[in-house]
Amino acid sequence: MTHTEKRILTNKIVMVLSTLSAAIGIAFLLWILSVLVINGIEAINWNIFIYEGAPPGYEQSGLKHALIGQLLLVGIATLIGVPLGIFGGTYLSEYGGLKSRLANVIRDVSDIMMSAPSIVIGSFVYAIFVAPMGNFSGWAGIIALTIIMVPVILRTTDDMLQLVPSTLREAAFALGAPKYKVILQVVIRGAKTGILTGVLLGVARVSGETAPLLFTSFNDNFLNTDLSQPIASLTVTMFNYATSPYEDWQKLGWAAAFILSMFILGLNILGRLILIKRKRK
Amino acid sequence: MPTIIDITEDKAIEVKNFEFTYAGSDEPNLKNISMPIAKNRVTALIGPSGCGKTTLLRSFNRMHDLYPGNSYAGEILFEGRNILQEKEDMIKLRTQIGMIFQKPTAFPMSIFDNVAYGLRLKGIKNKSELADRVEKALKDAAIWKETSARLKHDANGLSGGQQQRLCIARAIAVEPEVLLFDEPTSALDPISTQGIERLIIELKEKVSILIVTHNMQQAARVSDYTGFMYLGDLIELGRTEDLFVTPCEKLTEEYITGKFG
Repeated sequence: MTHTEKRILTNKIVMVLSTLSAAIGIAFLLWILSVLVINGIEAINWNIFIYEGAPPGYEQSGLKHALIGQLLLVGIATLIGVPLGIFGGTYLSEYGGLKSRLANVIRDVSDIMMSAPSIVIGSFVYAIFVAPMGNFSGWAGIIALTIIMVPVILRTTDDMLQLVPSTLREAAFALGAPKYKVILQVVIRGAKTGILTGVLLGVARVSGETAPLLFTSFNDNFLNTDLSQPIASLTVTMFNYATSPYEDWQKLGWAAAFILSMFILGLNILGRLILIKRKRK
Repeated sequence: MPTIIDITEDKAIEVKNFEFTYAGSDEPNLKNISMPIAKNRVTALIGPSGCGKTTLLRSFNRMHDLYPGNSYAGEILFEGRNILQEKEDMIKLRTQIGMIFQKPTAFPMSIFDNVAYGLRLKGIKNKSELADRVEKALKDAAIWKETSARLKHDANGLSGGQQQRLCIARAIAVEPEVLLFDEPTSALDPISTQGIERLIIELKEKVSILIVTHNMQQAARVSDYTGFMYLGDLIELGRTEDLFVTPCEKLTEEYITGKFG
């Protein structure tokens, strides 16, 4: 075999292997999605949005409590986490920079936090909040979700702001702008699509979290909007229903899984669309 | 000793025994520079890469202050004050001494808002005054024709040459006394370059101009005075026609005849 033939053969082998690997990955993804969609669509009906949880066998049972609980948990975590993440990321990029030791320590810590198992965050919140307070509560869940969300938004904001060319900052300074105006009016504006993507990814990330909610916000089978009490979430409800022996509860579990997946898929697609739009400009 | 022409015209800026040291550098990166910058004239700085011409240029609006650890010594006299003093108000200084960068730096906002940026910083809120001054600046920067119909459009949709003229419009809108150009055409095509050069010559009626350029022909075309820098020293400053035809210093002659650099 000549050298060239060898190279052609190696090329073919690598191509076949990588195509095969990709195909296996996609096949499993499609399998999961198709099972989810088939079972999910079958389980979805108007009752889900109208009724709260009910004992097995009841016709009038739904996920209203879990949907509203989920929106409250994720919504308030977003309200707290987004400003924290964006302000923190702005500090890292604009006031700390790449040479500041403090900024680099914060970067490293948030990178570690991003890959920390979320159940660890949950047990941390249990230890410092739930146990002293004496009960599970919506606030505990919100704290856990916020802790998970902040590093994602923080690092994306930091990265996106650093992509803004330093000449743009200098140009704004050269016109006599004070630093806070340079940051607010020029730098953040220049990075806004990237930051928005980071926010969407952060929200998507916490929307699917179950482990940290299991022992913080716990669960409630009925509608509750009092955040000082345990509160239902789609993820924990899904976990409880899917592991129950009752067929109608399992169906509700499928519905919860479907709604949650579509929500996260939607956020991800939105994030991608924003990025594509920015590149076209 | 460097050969520095003693100009008889009015001076916009007078540099005296100026030294500049970058953070972490053991010795000054600019050494004992003294030079006048004539009022309503174009002064060009030439020299090989790394000679310090951009470093010198960025001292006039204290751009080096944005990065910690840099230090100045000596004097840069502007309007009777030494702008290197601690108490110098950066915001005021930078509205008096504007800057155009190597690459166009259009802000991520509309054409109108770009030009209005400096005006708004100055506290001008009146809509009709803003509109008038934006229009005047765009006209002075010879870009009104191309932009008048799309002032609300994103400035990043303009071509490189247009963006550079937009940046000039933005800088002159606040009516500075001095404009600093840092290789303003090095990222542009020849036709855009010609447009910017013509603009620089027109602008000197209103402002004093200091331009750093890699291109000796450009210095010869646009400037009245030219300074040659080498390794952090200002070797020679003279009338442009003299410096390029009969340089006093041997180093200058070697550089402009292409023996090095």
